[in-house]
Amino acid sequence: MSLSHDDVRKIAHLARLAVSDADVDAYARSLSSILDFVEQMEAVNTDHVAPMAHPQDTAQRLRDDAVSEADQRERFQSIAPAVEAGLYLVPKVIE
Amino acid sequence: MHEKTIAELSAALAKGECSSVELTEHFLKRIEALDGGLNSFVTVTAEQALAQAKAADDRRARGEAGALTGVPMAQKDIFCTDGVRTTCGSKMLDNFIAPYDATVVERFKAEGCPMLGKTNMDEFAMGSSNETSFHGPVKNPWDTARVPGGSSGGSAAAVAARLTPSATGTDTGGSIRQPAALCGITGLKPTYGRVSRWGMIAFASSLDQGGPMAATAEDCALLANVMSGFDPRDSTSIERPAEDFTARLNEPLKGLRIGLPREFFGEGLDAGVAKAVDETIEQYKQLGAEVKEVGLPNSGLSVPAYYVVAPAECSSNLARFDGVRYGYRCENPKDLMDLYTRSRGEGFGAEVKRRIMVGTYALSAGYFDAYYLKAQKIRRLIADDFARAFEEVDVILGPTSPSTAFKLGEKTDDPVTMYLSDIYTIAVNLAGLPGMSIPAGFSDGLPVGLQLIGNYFDEARLLGVAHQYQSVTDWHRRIPKGFE
Repeated sequence: MSLSHDDVRKIAHLARLAVSDADVDAYARSLSSILDFVEQMEAVNTDHVAPMAHPQDTAQRLRDDAVSEADQRERFQSIAPAVEAGLYLVPKVIE
Repeated sequence: MHEKTIAELSAALAKGECSSVELTEHFLKRIEALDGGLNSFVTVTAEQALAQAKAADDRRARGEAGALTGVPMAQKDIFCTDGVRTTCGSKMLDNFIAPYDATVVERFKAEGCPMLGKTNMDEFAMGSSNETSFHGPVKNPWDTARVPGGSSGGSAAAVAARLTPSATGTDTGGSIRQPAALCGITGLKPTYGRVSRWGMIAFASSLDQGGPMAATAEDCALLANVMSGFDPRDSTSIERPAEDFTARLNEPLKGLRIGLPREFFGEGLDAGVAKAVDETIEQYKQLGAEVKEVGLPNSGLSVPAYYVVAPAECSSNLARFDGVRYGYRCENPKDLMDLYTRSRGEGFGAEVKRRIMVGTYALSAGYFDAYYLKAQKIRRLIADDFARAFEEVDVILGPTSPSTAFKLGEKTDDPVTMYLSDIYTIAVNLAGLPGMSIPAGFSDGLPVGLQLIGNYFDEARLLGVAHQYQSVTDWHRRIPKGFE
């Protein structure tokens, strides 16, 4: 498996990660070597094996649809990078 | 006082030989005097620790002390602590003050254990050497030119240097056991679901498990009693009644069936480590255990499968860091996309970005079956291998790590070489089993770790098997030079 520079740029975009042009080549090489390593998995036939998502194979618990959290908006917003009038600020999305 | 185990400190507090305030002051002084060369703590919470110690002494005076009330400890910086910075070893969270306590933190507070501070770790627990931390690497107290292991490297180094009687760790692919081995301490990774993940910053949710790190197995049992238990806030927490993990510490080993997986003793295992592990096998035979070879034929695929499952889950978990609600935000974003990509590009380190990208690729359209689904099927094969082995034996024994502590910088150039340092620990996480590392001697002056693996929910027996070994050896009592 060999990833091209364009592949790396596409993956970085999907992952919402800014990767500088200077770093693209290094990522292409290291990601390719990881994917090469992972390909060892192909050595074993798994056609009739059930995938394992959770060690105990338990079902998700359900709970009553009731309010259980207290309102802590001010507390949560006190650690936000930018807030105003109780709202989180981001760059303008709609002109 | 620092050479005492938690069990001994707890007894000393009960007899009134010392107070929690005295103990806490003693360890805080050691951190101040000795941690400069180790970098094992990210944050020291002296004022809060002393207030908690005073409260613990008052509680004891009222006759309301629990088993560990007044015994200080440290939290890995992955556990959220209300009002105290929680960085997870990352620039992304360098300014993050959690608005709540993790369940594990709540439990130690309820027990009355003063928190000395938060320990250093690989960024988002992604690493095996503690070199990916934004706060700089932790040094191994046995040789400061060497790594302490990772990701719970700060916790392991701090306990080994006796800067704290215990610390919490988390283990996704070996992050409690491998640093415990490399620093010569005892660490327990419980069965998946035993310890609540609530407030423990998520890396790979189907693998992450918190656990204790301390000098001895008995101490780990006492700590596991505090840490574990059902928590409705963690969707994968196991609903089982509370258990006393010290219950089987004194059980004789006569007739115990120990399995040696042949795959753990082959090529790639350092000769000095192999020799020390062989000697532990002789010791166990003398204690009355029966030893037989077992096979874990698919364990060789554990590292490749892990490096699909863990990155895939991390790419999803770390999507929450967007520069909007908390954590790092880039300067002057020109639009929303720029805000996301630069905040994440600048806030995460290289290894975290590599894993996010591997995971993003593995989960992207057209690749899911070839990677994530395939890895989950291999996970089943690995769990089935263990199930077959546990039909024949009670515990599985082998090395924790293929080598002793390696030099700082030795494995940073090639991610795959670094990944292989967890070759004996990762299968346990994929299967969700409990595992431990205990000190088993030295090779060229560096500690060797012995790994013990148990069946699901068999921690009490596992801790007993470790405790019996520690009753006839003193490796766990050794303290590195300069930290006596």
